[in-house]
Amino acid sequence: MSNSNSESSLVPYGLVKAHLLISVVFVFVAVLGGMTYAMQFIDLYPFKAVEWFSPGRVRMVHTQAVAYAWIANAFFGIMYYMIPKLTNHRVLSEKLGWVVFYVYNVLILATVVLILAGFGQGLEWAETPRVLDPFIAIFVVLLVVNLVTPMWKARSKPFYVSVWYILAALIWTPLVYVMGNFLPEYVYPGSGGAAISSMYIHDLVGLFVTPIGTAMVYYLLPVLMKRPIFSHALSLIGFWGLAFFYPMNSTHHYLYSPIPMWSQYAGIIASVGVHIVVYTVVFNIVATIASDWKEAIKSTEIKFLFTGTICYLITCIQCAIQVTLSVQSIIHFTDWVVGHSHFVLFGVFSFWAFAWIYYLIPRLLNTAIYSESLKSWHFWLSTLGIFIMQFDLLSAGLVQGYMWKNLAPFIDTVAASMPFWWVRAFSGMLIFVAQVLLMINIYMTWKQSRDSAPANANLATAGA
Amino acid sequence: MASKSQKYEKFSAVFLLAGLFFLIVAFLILGLAPATQVSNIPDKVGMPTEIPGDFQKYYSSLEQYHEGLLNGRDVYISEACWHCHSQYVRPVSNETLRYGPVSQPGEYQNKLNLPQLFGTRRVGPDLSRESGKRPNDWHFVHLYNPKWVVPQSVMPQYPWYFETKKVKINDGKDERLEITPKQEAIDVVAYLQWLGLHVSSVTHKYYDNDAIVMPPRN
Ligand code: HEC
Repeated sequence: MSNSNSESSLVPYGLVKAHLLISVVFVFVAVLGGMTYAMQFIDLYPFKAVEWFSPGRVRMVHTQAVAYAWIANAFFGIMYYMIPKLTNHRVLSEKLGWVVFYVYNVLILATVVLILAGFGQGLEWAETPRVLDPFIAIFVVLLVVNLVTPMWKARSKPFYVSVWYILAALIWTPLVYVMGNFLPEYVYPGSGGAAISSMYIHDLVGLFVTPIGTAMVYYLLPVLMKRPIFSHALSLIGFWGLAFFYPMNSTHHYLYSPIPMWSQYAGIIASVGVHIVVYTVVFNIVATIASDWKEAIKSTEIKFLFTGTICYLITCIQCAIQVTLSVQSIIHFTDWVVGHSHFVLFGVFSFWAFAWIYYLIPRLLNTAIYSESLKSWHFWLSTLGIFIMQFDLLSAGLVQGYMWKNLAPFIDTVAASMPFWWVRAFSGMLIFVAQVLLMINIYMTWKQSRDSAPANANLATAGA
Repeated sequence: MASKSQKYEKFSAVFLLAGLFFLIVAFLILGLAPATQVSNIPDKVGMPTEIPGDFQKYYSSLEQYHEGLLNGRDVYISEACWHCHSQYVRPVSNETLRYGPVSQPGEYQNKLNLPQLFGTRRVGPDLSRESGKRPNDWHFVHLYNPKWVVPQSVMPQYPWYFETKKVKINDGKDERLEITPKQEAIDVVAYLQWLGLHVSSVTHKYYDNDAIVMPPRN
């Protein structure tokens, strides 16, 4: 897939580039936040007693940066690329795209500043300060309008699987955002609010990140492998399974809570149903890669896609185990869940996004990637880091869970977690260093393209 | 692909069936239905009708005390205490022995639980039965610097909610720090002492190893 001039008018390259480049900056901010927070647990917190960097606030910045600054920006950029290519229509308006880009990222910066100033909202994954929520909702709607237009124009034909995923996700996202940020904050207190809030916790990952991530793999993998996806039928089952089961999972985030028990059971059953989705998707991806194993192993992009897929499989098997009530009774509230979240958002979706970044950035900047070996190091350090972290936090979770059940004094369970928190900080360090390598690599690639800019300026400035 | 399946690959099916219908069904079943069901349950807790003795020196009127509870809750949110502390007791894992009676929906129907602060992680212990477990002074010291009362604690310190000044003692020979809580600290502690106030007759007898050093007030 090379960028010819005719394509540059179809795809808003400038927007793709802007979103991807800023996402690389934000992934650094996100891991920096996580790393800083991890230091609190091993008693090496660098900003002890500094109000603006109080660990609780830094934690909120960490998760918000992961979801809205890093993943969302990367996904927006990738969608600006995929949708026009797949539908053969342009987005509604490139100008609107730029307005959304600037305003959205200013809102992100405002989120960071206001959370540090002590205005975080008290809802999980929705800590964006209350004053900003309506604006984010408006600009997400504008983004959706911009991106759905090309699909609407192409509506007479059956779509490729990636488009189904993106279309559904774009309908879900604004609805879910409004539901999750406003109802539990202003309307429903207590358990009712928790039921709705748990929908938000789940749907942000399940109905925004997961479908778009899957769409990204279904697009990029055939391109890189130069062969079609293994089975169309499987992708159909996977998609409709996701659409049906995922929205019903939510209550499993608050099992044994005062939320009515019948809805907890419903959440558990639907969560087990998710397996249909996962195995079809995973099988489809792995079978596609397996068809030409030797070629695949050479490419770091495919390594990212493949490792992400393995992580996806592991998390989902884990999900089916941990969603049962007997396991919940031990591992809920422990570091087990923290390990699970990191595996999902870093091991799976960030890895898939990295594959895209390495695929697109050199093409957008019209130059080769600055360093193949930095890229490879980024992959291996990230992989090592996330696997150590996952194993470590799962073990920590079991230790904490059983000690609590055995009525050990609480502070003893804190002391027993200490070695695990050290390992977690170490694995976090690996991930942190890996993202620094990513930043350096992308920055140098950008600089390299700048230096040779006059020679091939056509693409680099096409979107601006 | 068979043409039959193709109608599920089109804009309208994906938009209407997957995008809108399934989500709305899920929202009705798992969001709205439980929310409506519990919103019919009367509030079992209510706002306190009198100022607890320990707080009478900080709040001059009941309204002020209520205001203080809400402010304390806001500090609890803005510092993300709720990311390290849960606020419900489960019927499993011996939690009734450690914390107290299992949480009921009716306990969470008042305005101090809008938004709810159930939490999903316990870096520190559950706080829904905290009321009366520790004296106020313990809480102030703990909030200023947790390690002063629990040396192995990993809880952050919150000194910015306190006024510190140096005072001379021993006829000016020595200096000493005098630390007084600001209004925010008082409000947080009022909030913590409110959590589970309605079941505060419950003691924590199976769990209190450090309470031997720091017995609850009454
Ligand atoms: C980084 C996680 C963390 C954060 C954030 C945090 N705590 Fe804690 N908290 C702990 C840990 C760990 C303990 C147990 C050790 C101890 O008693 O200090 C604890 C203990 C407590 C206790 C004593 C509970 C008992 O009865 O034994 C109270 C009260 C408390 N925290 C209140 C708060 C408040 C209020 C905030 C927010 C201003 C807060 N915590 C923020 C981790 C945290």
